[in-house]
Amino acid sequence: MKSDLINFEKDDHHCTLFVQGDVDLSNSSELRKTILSALKTSPLVEVDLADVTYIDSSGIAALVEGLQYANNHDKSFHLKRLSAHVKSIIELARLDQVFTIDD
Amino acid sequence: MTSQNHKTPDKVIEVTDLVTHYGTRKILDGMNFEVERGEIRVIMGGSGSGKSTLLWYILGLYKPTEGRIKVLGEDINQISFNEHLKLKQNIGVSFQSGALFSSMSVGENVAFPLREFTDLDENTIRIITRMKLEVVNLGGFHKLMPSQLSGGMIKRAALARAIVMDPKLLFFDEPSAGLDPVVASEIDDLILSLRDNMGMSMVVVTHELESAFKIADRITVLDQGKNLLTASVEEVKKSKNKRIMDLLQRRSRHDKLDPEEYLRRLTQENYTLS
Repeated sequence: MKSDLINFEKDDHHCTLFVQGDVDLSNSSELRKTILSALKTSPLVEVDLADVTYIDSSGIAALVEGLQYANNHDKSFHLKRLSAHVKSIIELARLDQVFTIDD
Repeated sequence: MTSQNHKTPDKVIEVTDLVTHYGTRKILDGMNFEVERGEIRVIMGGSGSGKSTLLWYILGLYKPTEGRIKVLGEDINQISFNEHLKLKQNIGVSFQSGALFSSMSVGENVAFPLREFTDLDENTIRIITRMKLEVVNLGGFHKLMPSQLSGGMIKRAALARAIVMDPKLLFFDEPSAGLDPVVASEIDDLILSLRDNMGMSMVVVTHELESAFKIADRITVLDQGKNLLTASVEEVKKSKNKRIMDLLQRRSRHDKLDPEEYLRRLTQENYTLS
């Protein structure tokens, strides 16, 4: 589970996905699949978005789908270290009130 | 960095020496017009000045008689049909009437470009569609039919559809026309927030001075098929050009009236604007 888009760190209790670069229609399905796969094996998944330079709506939807899956399967799903661009998009859609966002 | 800016050319629109005809009548007469990345450009001008015609040609609906049109770095009259189709996916258009499909719900209208141009699955399409409706303050209204919407809601739904593909360039035709001042001001705020949060470049055609002065980085005034002036809001307000002064002296419906002056305007035989 290593790619140009996503790296990860994992232990028994949680998995952190480090996303970098542009997330758009060309690769958002990879983000979605990786998030769902991580949630199947870890009780807590965090997505670190500090190095995301651009994210489109399909990328944001992948994050929402992660939260949807976590809520339906009694798992935890957090976002952390939002880049300025990700933060502005999340806030525009008022999703900062939906996600748990860590520093 | 705001969204998409690193992949968007510095000039999102470059129109050079554009000449167009409607039959034998010349409509645009050597038009030059440029919009920079991240800019909100307002186009103003009287009826017949060429505003709509300029938009139609930038959108590639017609071939010009002369001149060149580059949109997002592509010469739209030199690229193939498929390249143009791809280019159009980076362009959003919100028409004056809304142009929603009356037989589709609001949600289906907004989702339409995603179903047409992407292979996203239905769950993702549903999330993106409802997210865009949240952005335009229509959260939860996806099941309503266009006939059930107010004028302001139709404008917002049309805007949600125009931005559903995350376009780099958005055209907005008369966003405030026919709306009450409060709703019109909300639409203006939304336009500003889309530029600030999503980094979109926008071209807005409007007759509403209040709205133009609030949202524009620069205003282009068209007259008789030419670009009469492109300048900042303050420069346009200070212009001594008679045609521009005439345009600005049109009274907004919402201006407070001086009753005595108004009565003089109605009754004095030799009344002229002071």
